[in-house]
Amino acid sequence: MKCFFIVLLLFKGLSASGKVFHVGAQHPYKTIKSALAVTNEGDTVYIHKGLYKEGNIIVQKAITIIGIDRPILDGDKKYEVLSIKSSYVTIKGLRVQHSGYASLDDPGGIKVYEATKVTIIDNELFDNFFGIYIQFSTNCLIKNNSIIAFGKEEQTIGNGVHCWKSDSLQIIGNNINGCRDGVYFEFVNNSVIWRNIVTDNIRYGLHFMNSNNDSYFTNIFSRNGAGVAVMFSKKITMMNNTFNENWGDAAYGLLFKEISDCHLSGNHFNKNTAAIFMDGSNRTIVENNVFSNNGWGLKIQANCMDNIIQKNNFIKNTFDVSTNGTLLLNIFSQNYWDKYSGYDLNKDKIGDVPYRPLSLYSVIVESNPTAMILFRSFFVSLLDQSEKKIPSLTPENFIDNKPLMSALRL
Amino acid sequence: MGRIFKYVMLDILKNKFVIAYMVMMSLVAWSAFTLEDNSAKGMLTLLNLILLTVPLVSVLFSAIYIYNSSEFIELLVSHPIKRSKIWLSLYWGLCGSLVTAFIIGAGIPLLLFAEFTISLLMLVVGILITVIFVSLALLSTIIYRDKAKGIGLTILIWIYFALLFDGLLLFLMFQFADYPIEKPMVLMTALSPLDLSRILLLLQLDSTAIMGYTGAIFRNFFGNTVGMSISFTLLILWSTIPFLVSLKKFKKKDL
Repeated sequence: MKCFFIVLLLFKGLSASGKVFHVGAQHPYKTIKSALAVTNEGDTVYIHKGLYKEGNIIVQKAITIIGIDRPILDGDKKYEVLSIKSSYVTIKGLRVQHSGYASLDDPGGIKVYEATKVTIIDNELFDNFFGIYIQFSTNCLIKNNSIIAFGKEEQTIGNGVHCWKSDSLQIIGNNINGCRDGVYFEFVNNSVIWRNIVTDNIRYGLHFMNSNNDSYFTNIFSRNGAGVAVMFSKKITMMNNTFNENWGDAAYGLLFKEISDCHLSGNHFNKNTAAIFMDGSNRTIVENNVFSNNGWGLKIQANCMDNIIQKNNFIKNTFDVSTNGTLLLNIFSQNYWDKYSGYDLNKDKIGDVPYRPLSLYSVIVESNPTAMILFRSFFVSLLDQSEKKIPSLTPENFIDNKPLMSALRL
Repeated sequence: MGRIFKYVMLDILKNKFVIAYMVMMSLVAWSAFTLEDNSAKGMLTLLNLILLTVPLVSVLFSAIYIYNSSEFIELLVSHPIKRSKIWLSLYWGLCGSLVTAFIIGAGIPLLLFAEFTISLLMLVVGILITVIFVSLALLSTIIYRDKAKGIGLTILIWIYFALLFDGLLLFLMFQFADYPIEKPMVLMTALSPLDLSRILLLLQLDSTAIMGYTGAIFRNFFGNTVGMSISFTLLILWSTIPFLVSLKKFKKKDL
């Protein structure tokens, strides 16, 4: 009897998937709009290969749209291409290109308005103003899309994935290239960003504004204006990401601005101008990260409080750490510094002499940036050496009391 | 002139000190490139070598050589040879031998291990620094007849350019910190051949981004062809003007 009910339920589930419509040159429906007009909740629309220039296509019912052999939806540089105004919509396998440009209503390639459980999988978004735009939505999944734009300057291009006032989003496995911000979060909570590859964006790879309780894991951020910017947010977890070659005059791997209670662990920072820039960040734990070949490893401003920086590797950075004041209210402990020259008599793998990671020259440069013209001069190395032996100008408490003798395996 | 030049050149090349200098240069350069795991670090080691050791050796050795060959110079002056010829061949002899030592010592590993354009630039800058400090040495030997004073002056010149000048720059930077001093600083660096060469080379070594705003100003100036040619002209002026002054003095000097 129980079995019978389950089978019955299964059949009910199948029947709920509704009717199937085919759109294409050799199919009953020639345009997407004509097919959408006759669909009901739960129907599926298959769009076959072809170029569809139909202006703004609005999806107002809970349907599934699947592209076969990647049909092209073109906005003609005038329209928002696909507007989703219903929950439970799935969009799969399309190529959406050339959306309009407008600074007032922000047209996107695919824009989701006040919906829940919208799934956007395996699409190509090419040369749109905004790639995927999500507003007032919850529980949406954005997976395996490729978003490519050709932004020249910040004002004339939108973000790859733009999320506004949303909750519980999943952004997984996307490739985002050439937008303003790769992924932009404003008032977005309880969301996860996982396995994305975000490269060559003009401003930030990933940008949090006023968003709390989010996480991002295992992403790669390369050659963006700045890798990731976390601003005015709380409780963001950042793990196992790679920040590469965010290199330029005002470039950072990771930028913290007025954040608190975040956790940063297992990330790799390689060849960034400044790997992490911390401004007004509190109670953040930075551990098990690798900082290598950066201009600055960690720029920590004097307005940061109660951060714990422990068990990181600092290798081959020009400056490991710099700060702009004399006050330090953060804890450095058990890091590996490749510039450390102390000894370990009791062989507990922790150096017996405390290490001062702040060089005098980095303090000078922070207060007087012009001093950078003395970079790598004999005078500067002499200053640094004398300061190392007799610390007098650098902050007294800027110290790692338990420096590690060998690098952690990270 | 040819014969005196040849004589001076061979005399110096046979000198044990110059051979030791050459061997030391090649040891440092080879180990810098083979021990470090990337060539950028080797370049930085070599940069330090060019900015510290090369000027010190050039200025000291040239001064000592001129003082030691004062009797030889007097002998030449008693012959019917133009004084300018004697001085010029001494200058060329010193430059030629020290530059040869530099090219053999540092140039070969540079060209072997590093990127061609950067290593070529480094080689040219190294050669110019050698010539500049030889000409400064000639000037100080002309100013002081006394050996101790003259050599003291050359050491002072080296300390000034390698160390004191940068300290002075830093002092000025803090005194005028409230003003936009980046552009005047570009001019100030022209007053020291070592600073000029250091910045010229650093701009090629991919570390300009961390130099921030100042780096950008320097890159705007030195990065293009005009800036490059201006700075090379300045370096060439540094190598000729002290020598020309010393030549003028040598012509009229009562030996």
